[in-house]
Amino acid sequence: MTVDVISPQIYLLCGVLLFVLGLHALVVRRHLLLKILAVNIMGSGVFMLLLGVAARGEGGIDPVPHALVITGIVVAVSATAVALVLMLKVKAATGLARLPLSGPED
Amino acid sequence: MIRRRFALSPALLMSLALAGLLIVVVLDLPPQPGLAGPVAQAMDQAGVGHPVTAVLLNFRGYDTFLELAVLMLAVLSIWSLGRRDPIPARPVQGPVMHGTLRHLIPVAVVTGGYLVWVGSSDSGGAFQGGAVLGAAGVMLMLSLPREMPMPPALLQRLGLSLGVFAFLAVGTAGLLAGHGFMGYPPAWAYHLILGIELAAAVSIALTLVLLFLGGRSRKVRHDR
Amino acid sequence: MQNHAMPDEITTWLLIGFDVLLALTLLGVAWRLLAGRDLFRSVVLFIAFGLLLSLAWVRLAAPDVALAEAAIGAGVTGALLLVALGRLRRLENRSRREGKNT
Repeated sequence: MTVDVISPQIYLLCGVLLFVLGLHALVVRRHLLLKILAVNIMGSGVFMLLLGVAARGEGGIDPVPHALVITGIVVAVSATAVALVLMLKVKAATGLARLPLSGPED
Repeated sequence: MIRRRFALSPALLMSLALAGLLIVVVLDLPPQPGLAGPVAQAMDQAGVGHPVTAVLLNFRGYDTFLELAVLMLAVLSIWSLGRRDPIPARPVQGPVMHGTLRHLIPVAVVTGGYLVWVGSSDSGGAFQGGAVLGAAGVMLMLSLPREMPMPPALLQRLGLSLGVFAFLAVGTAGLLAGHGFMGYPPAWAYHLILGIELAAAVSIALTLVLLFLGGRSRKVRHDR
Repeated sequence: MQNHAMPDEITTWLLIGFDVLLALTLLGVAWRLLAGRDLFRSVVLFIAFGLLLSLAWVRLAAPDVALAEAAIGAGVTGALLLVALGRLRRLENRSRREGKNT
């Protein structure tokens, strides 16, 4: 499989934008489930950046970032599972699954 | 609401500034050779033919070992947070779901095993195979939410820690045999890696199912 | 078959067009799911996002990562999120019922 020169640049840009999009939503949205999704999207942006850099390398495709990203995906799933259980605990304890209303609505 | 979302809040301004800075930095990255060369040079000692598997299980085995430990810790922390609720799904009526599952689960088991085995020479490996097996387990749990056929607690815990302990045992044996921690004798590397991958796939599949169920088992007493 | 008959330049441009389209789709789906009000819709869009992401990994010459993403990122994470959403709804219903009783 060959990768030309321009495609990795497109995915590098996309990775950066995904990261920033996730970061913005993490700050702005108040619901905890949306915050968990935002962190996952930030992670996907970082993975895209890693793989884009790996595909751009001069000596062919670099397998080390691939291994890193596979490890990262599995760790992200386990962290998401723990976060979801914590969210349910917050909901059961406080009755709300979102941060308290102190800023602007939503 | 819509109007407020488009307003220039400080958070939006900061995000846009961060995006601009990151784009400038990323497009300006100098070309670098990466680690493809060193990996290709070391492949004759790896024991497997696929570079990604070689990196995961041999060159950077320590990282993969710790990652399996992270998976186990995730299940343990969920277990420590309370007992599990029943899955919020109704039992499926009619023969379609059960008939489909009866054919699909064996296919998933064979696919998962094949993915683990093929990882030594082509794309695939313990994580992909374990994930397919875990997905099959999740489907099984979803189709029978009332009568979950769980193995006994001791067996669950053994399966959960199988990958970590197999990895640790092989790594320590490598240390005692003089190949360094997490080092393999090159002649046995293929068989050891395949064994670790099988154990890790079982652990990963079980971990995913247990993460999906969430919480300790309700029937078994854990507070001995 | 037709790909071989086409000049290389056209194939390259088609692939770049595909990459741009995929990147825009990913960004659009991510924006919709993070800006939406309906949680169920967000979760379903997140599963679609995972599947699209595994296409992107194939384009970046990482088939191993694509396999892992399709199985874990889209499949298992989707099941985790949906079951958590179901438990959240059940907690909501329970607290609403208790509020009505007292």
